[in-house]
Amino acid sequence: MIRNAIAISVAVGAFGVSFGVLATSAELSVAQAMAMSLLVFTGASQFAAVSVVAAGGALSAAVGSALLLAMRNTAYGLALAATLGGGTGRRALAAHLVVDETAAMALTQPSPDRRRRAFWLTAALLFSLWNAGTLIGALGAQRFGDPERLGLDVAFPAAFIALVAPQLRRAGARTAAALGVAIALVCVPFVPAGVPVIAAAAAAVVVGLRSSRRAAA
Amino acid sequence: MSWTAIFVLAAGAYAFKLAGVFGAGLIVPRRLERAVGLFPAALLPALAVVQTFSEGRALVLDERALGLAVAVALVVARAPLIAVMAAATALVRAL
Repeated sequence: MIRNAIAISVAVGAFGVSFGVLATSAELSVAQAMAMSLLVFTGASQFAAVSVVAAGGALSAAVGSALLLAMRNTAYGLALAATLGGGTGRRALAAHLVVDETAAMALTQPSPDRRRRAFWLTAALLFSLWNAGTLIGALGAQRFGDPERLGLDVAFPAAFIALVAPQLRRAGARTAAALGVAIALVCVPFVPAGVPVIAAAAAAVVVGLRSSRRAAA
Repeated sequence: MSWTAIFVLAAGAYAFKLAGVFGAGLIVPRRLERAVGLFPAALLPALAVVQTFSEGRALVLDERALGLAVAVALVVARAPLIAVMAAATALVRAL
């Protein structure tokens, strides 16, 4: 678990650097770039917002497209709620740290105890390295280059598949996965970024309701 | 980018996260609990595929597809996560 969390967090740190570079080249100050990584802390949303600004788009469009990408964290939060437990303050802190990578690491562990440990471990590493990366990038480390040139943009899809694979041994989960992928791909050309992945949650609802009904019958 | 926009975005992003973590007991009816349990299975492959095969609203097929194919093959062969990430990354970098 620790090695997996480190591998994912290092890759996220590299993207943090490129976020810092992109943010300052879109004329955000170093403080603004850091405020985004500390307070927004949702990589895809941050990239989307800054890309819209860099392309000369309106701020409302930047915030809107970023929030569409942030919506899926609600789905992760729903799935993680039972795992996170604890008092209100602890859960409020945990909520800030719910993103693709922490959810993927935690929700794919076999026991509640491991889920909780995976969440906090990944969250601590991820938050530290994402922010450290942003700072390095924002301070002008263009020489670290573009993570896409390093092939790192495929590291996350690869990691998500590897993490979710053990769950897909169950037929219901496999159906939900296949349906989710199909829904998302069909949606891509017609809806803004962020919506296709949310739409894939419908696959879980369809399969989940069907199997509940069968269990009740 | 204005400070106001940054704070609006931060508040909005946090609100979505809070809605999930604190909303579970309130907004998830019992018969949807199984569905929520299937969220990782439904969302993570969809996320991986969208990240690999799309660029904004365009569907694209490029070297990342081969990277993902190699990743899937290694996952089926039960390779550890780090090996899967490293191999996919190295392949895409080489192409």
